[in-house]
Amino acid sequence: MITPRYHREIPQRYRLEAGKCQKCGEVSFPPRLVCPNCKSQEFETVRLNDEGKLLTYTIIRVASDKFFGTTPFAVGIVELNDGVKLTTQIADVDFDQLKIGQKVKLVFRKIQDEGKSGLHCYGYKAVLV
Amino acid sequence: MVGIVGYGSYLPRYRIKVEDIAKQWGADPEAIKRGLMLYEKTVPGQDEDTITISVEAARYALQRARINPQEIGAVYIGSESHPYAVKPSATVLIDAVGIGPDVHVASFEFACKAGTEAMYVAYSLVKAGEMKYAMGIGADTSQGAPGDALEYSASAGGAAFIMGNENVVAEILFTHSYTSDTPDFWRREHEFYPRHAGRFTGEPAYFKHIVNAGKALLEKSKMKPSDFKHAVFHMPNGKFPQMAGRQLGFTKEQLEAGWIIPWMGNTYSGSSPTGLTAILDVANPGDLIFMVSFGSGAGSDGFIFKVTDKIKDVQDKAVKLRDMLDNNKIYLDYGQYAKYRGKIILNV
Repeated sequence: MITPRYHREIPQRYRLEAGKCQKCGEVSFPPRLVCPNCKSQEFETVRLNDEGKLLTYTIIRVASDKFFGTTPFAVGIVELNDGVKLTTQIADVDFDQLKIGQKVKLVFRKIQDEGKSGLHCYGYKAVLV
Repeated sequence: MVGIVGYGSYLPRYRIKVEDIAKQWGADPEAIKRGLMLYEKTVPGQDEDTITISVEAARYALQRARINPQEIGAVYIGSESHPYAVKPSATVLIDAVGIGPDVHVASFEFACKAGTEAMYVAYSLVKAGEMKYAMGIGADTSQGAPGDALEYSASAGGAAFIMGNENVVAEILFTHSYTSDTPDFWRREHEFYPRHAGRFTGEPAYFKHIVNAGKALLEKSKMKPSDFKHAVFHMPNGKFPQMAGRQLGFTKEQLEAGWIIPWMGNTYSGSSPTGLTAILDVANPGDLIFMVSFGSGAGSDGFIFKVTDKIKDVQDKAVKLRDMLDNNKIYLDYGQYAKYRGKIILNV
């Protein structure tokens, strides 16, 4: 994750800022330029609810080099209470406790490091409620 | 009236027991538990650091304060484990919780009292009328060298306090700081672990500074120890705060609510601040709270708080410290702990 991209994605990764179509109310996360529902280009910025439920998950046991030493870890698709679905790591979890439909909450965590001297990159992860 | 309008704390879920550390080094766990009055400590997850801990504590503080984050004029984070040597931790925090960009931020460092420094400056700026609200945070993922006595206690956690003058839940009545050049503990540039001067960290450092700051605070306020419902002191181990309290004239009962060290460890800059949140979680209107921090190097910051009737409106607005301390623990063995704390050299 290079610095400009990380900086550009801060509103979404830190604050869950989404785009709500002012014409039809469709919420897009991350925000879009054109509404996929009604093709409108008028959006307002809204912050998503940080609670939801786990739709599905998997356990990553062989990861890319950047995540070496952190395996195994869980990744899931979460549906937030306002209907938006997102993919995220599930932190602090005993894998035996994971069940589809469980309530989760998004918390602020470090996602990855850019090597030993690069940026710490932060964002959201889910934890079981 | 200036004081705390919102507070929050955060502890990681991971723990390691004294037995598991002692077993690794061939030490007697019972002697260590008896000597330090410490049974287990918090350990940060691999994805947790001073910034993530501060963000979670700040979010809980905002839930209790119920204010517009944009009205916060300053954010200070005190820690000796800031993730960056150059880039203030609060730059990340303000964007995560929606403060600023019209805000003053800084990273503070003064061993274990950096958190109360942040609280003191935040309080002073509001008192001076420079801003409506200011946030002071103490948080650490403290380091203890493998095999060193500090490894049994160095833990992770933090607390955040929003200072203001409306809807105050704990008024700050008096403050006092006491500082001297006392080289009891330090970490040189580029060194991974701190060094300390063994027993020298006790009498001429911890006790001298806490007791003198405490005595000055009592003199300044014209109060006596029996006036206070609660007292909290920096908690490097279980024994020191009890001894310091006795020297100043406080009873074990007065320390009970904030004495969280036996199951949390020493969260360094977050130590007495997290103890204060444990007290605020159970405090009643009118309670007086006596607090003195300690940071090696060395210095102490003292505060006297008076709890207001607003406290009952906010206590249940966010998770309480004891709930995080007592529930949902995930225990690590020493191998997992060494991996989580980056003590293993990886070939990447």
